[in-house]
Amino acid sequence: MVLGRSFEDMCAQMYYRGKMFGFVHLYNGQEAVSTGFIKLLKQTDFVTSTYRDHVHALSKGVPARQVMAELFGKSTGCCRGQGGSMHMFSAEHGLLGGFAFIGEGIPVAVGAAFTSKYKREVLKEEGDMPVSIAFFGDGTANNGQFFECLNMAQLWKLPVIFVVENNLWAIGMSHYRSTSDPEIWKKGPAFGMASAHVDGMDVLKVREVAKEAVERARRGDGPTLIECETYRFRGHSLADPDELRAPAEKAHYAARDPIVALKKYLLDNEIATEAELKSIEKKIDEVVEDAVEFADASPLPGRSQLLENVFADPKGFGIGPDGRYRCEDPGFTAGTAQV
Amino acid sequence: MPRLLRHELLMFEALREGLGEEMERDPNVCVIGEDVGDYGGSYKVTKGFSEKFGSWRVLDTPIAENSFTGMAIGAAMTGLRPVVEGMNMGFLLLAYNQIANNCGMLHYTSGGQFTIPVVIRGPGGVGRQLGAEHSQRLESYFQSVPGLQMVACSTPYNAKGLMKAAIRCENPVILYEHVLLYNLKEKIPDEEYTCCLEEAEMVRPGTDITILTYSRMRYHVTQAAKTLVDRGYDPEIIDIRSLKPFDMYTIGESVKKTHRVLIVEECMRTGGIGASLRSAIMESFWDELDGPIGCLSSQDVPTPYSGPLEELTVVQPHQIVTAVENLCGKK
Repeated sequence: MVLGRSFEDMCAQMYYRGKMFGFVHLYNGQEAVSTGFIKLLKQTDFVTSTYRDHVHALSKGVPARQVMAELFGKSTGCCRGQGGSMHMFSAEHGLLGGFAFIGEGIPVAVGAAFTSKYKREVLKEEGDMPVSIAFFGDGTANNGQFFECLNMAQLWKLPVIFVVENNLWAIGMSHYRSTSDPEIWKKGPAFGMASAHVDGMDVLKVREVAKEAVERARRGDGPTLIECETYRFRGHSLADPDELRAPAEKAHYAARDPIVALKKYLLDNEIATEAELKSIEKKIDEVVEDAVEFADASPLPGRSQLLENVFADPKGFGIGPDGRYRCEDPGFTAGTAQV
Repeated sequence: MPRLLRHELLMFEALREGLGEEMERDPNVCVIGEDVGDYGGSYKVTKGFSEKFGSWRVLDTPIAENSFTGMAIGAAMTGLRPVVEGMNMGFLLLAYNQIANNCGMLHYTSGGQFTIPVVIRGPGGVGRQLGAEHSQRLESYFQSVPGLQMVACSTPYNAKGLMKAAIRCENPVILYEHVLLYNLKEKIPDEEYTCCLEEAEMVRPGTDITILTYSRMRYHVTQAAKTLVDRGYDPEIIDIRSLKPFDMYTIGESVKKTHRVLIVEECMRTGGIGASLRSAIMESFWDELDGPIGCLSSQDVPTPYSGPLEELTVVQPHQIVTAVENLCGKK
C-alpha cells in the first residue's frame, strides 16, 4: 500500500515536471483494495484493470522501474513505452491490462477464467486453477459489458472475481446521479452470483472477503461480485480540477486513510514498531527514487518500434510489389506502415 | 502418374472440414458463438461439432457479442485459439469495441507481450431480401483497424484453405464468408493443404484489363467475362482474397501487363475496400496505368428489402461489361 501511495505521489510530481504525459489517473486512497485482493494471488493468476492501473501493476509484482519507465514513455517500460499510463501489461506477472475504455477489460478477465476452466475440462490439466480478478469502478457497473459478463461467468461457473471499486464518482458524475439502484453488490444475486459489500478503506476486511472469493473460484464454485466502498483522494486524473466533490466528503474519507488505519492497527497490536515501519517507508522511498532514476536514464524508443509489435507475425504487413513480404526487407521497420 | 484424390463438397462443408481438422490437430482451438453448438451454426458450419468435441470446445453463448468477443480475446491472450462466429457478420458491429481496441491493438499496446490468435468469421454480404441490417459488408468498417488481417473466401477450395491458415496464424484474422456462397460445389484435394493468407488468387489470366474482385462479386465478374470474351475482350480476373493486406505483387504484375484496372466489389462506394485498393494501386503503379482506375461498388444505401430495389444496390454483370468497354474502348 505504501509503495502504491509513494509511487502515485511521485507520478504527480513527475507529471508536473513534464516527464509524464497525457491522461494519468492516480490511485491514492484506494490502496486497500489492490493490496487486499492481489496479495492473495499467485503469479499464475490474472488481473485486469482500468486506466487507474499503476498500483494494480505494482501489487501484481511488476517492478516499479518498469512501470515508471513506461510512464516516461521509455523503451524499458513494461510495454516498451507503447502502452502508457492506461495500458500496463505484464505477461510475466499475469497482468492482462490496463484498459482505457471502461468495461472492456472485464470480458478479458472472463476470457482468462474461461481458459482456466477449459484447461481443466478439456485438456485435463491438474493442479490449482488460475483465477482472474477484474477491477473496475462504479461507473462501469452501469455498462452493458458488466452485466453481460456477470451472466456468462455465473452461467459457466468461471473462476473470476468482479471487484467494483466504488469511489462514488465517475469523473464528475456522482454514482447516485447515474445509478437507479446504487447498491451494486445487490445486482449479483440477480444472476445467482455470490456477492458481498466491504469497507474498501480497511485492508484486513478486504482481505477477508477476498480470501473467500478466491477460494470459491479456485475450487470451481464460480464467480463472486464484491463491491468495495472506497475513495480517491485526488481528482479523476491529473487534469481534473476536482471541484464537484464536497470538502466534507473528502475529509470523511481522508480520516479513513487505509495506510494510516493499518499503521495504527500494527502499532496498537504491537505487531510492528514505529522504527520498523519507518524503515519500511524509507526502503520504499528508495525503490521509488530508483525507479525514477532508472526511467530518466532509459532511452526513448527507436524509430523501428513504430512497426514492431503491430503484428505478432509481421507477414501481416503483406507482400510488396517486388514479390517479397515487406517484413523481409531489412529496412522495413524504419519505413512506414503501408499495406 | 498418380491422380490427385479429390472429394466434392459444398462451401459450408469445406469450412467445416477445415475447422474440424484444425480442432483435431490442436486441442486449444475452440469455437465461440451463438448457436454454434446444439444448432450447428446458422449456416451449419459447425454441425456435429458439439457431439464430437464437447460443449466447452463448441461454446453456445448468450446474445452478448461485445462481451463474448472480449472473452475470446482474453482466452487467446492466455493460451487458447478461439474461432468466434458472428451469426451474421452484422452482429459483430456490437463487438466493435473489442475488435478494434483489444483484438487489433493489444499486441502493440502490450509491447508485444500478448498475442491474440483469434479468428472472427461469419456470413455477411447482400443475400436474398434479408433486409438492410442482415445485408452488411463489414470489411469496409474493419479495414482501418490496425493489427487485423482480413481475408474473404469465395470457393470451397479457398474457404477450407483460408480457414486453416487463419486458425494457424498468430495474428487476429477476420474471415469474411458470404451468405449466398455456402452452397457452392467444388472438388477439393483429399490431401491436407492451406492457402496463403496474404496472397491473391488468379482466376483467369488475360491481357486487356485487370479486374480485381472478391467474394460473391467474383461470380458476377466471371459471368460478365463470358460476355466480354464473346465481344473480343481478354480480361484478367484476380480474386484479391486478402482484403488487408493487399497482395501488391500479384496485383502489380497484372497491372504491368494490362495497364488497365477495374475493381468490382460489394462494399459501399464510400470508404470501401475498393477505395483503399484504388489508392494503393495509384501510388505504386501510376506509371503503368493507361487510364483511371474504375471502381464498381454497391450504392451507398441501406439495402432495401424489395427484390428489384435490392438488385439495383449491388453491381450486376451488365454493369461490369459496360465498365470494361468504357475503360478499354469498344472492340
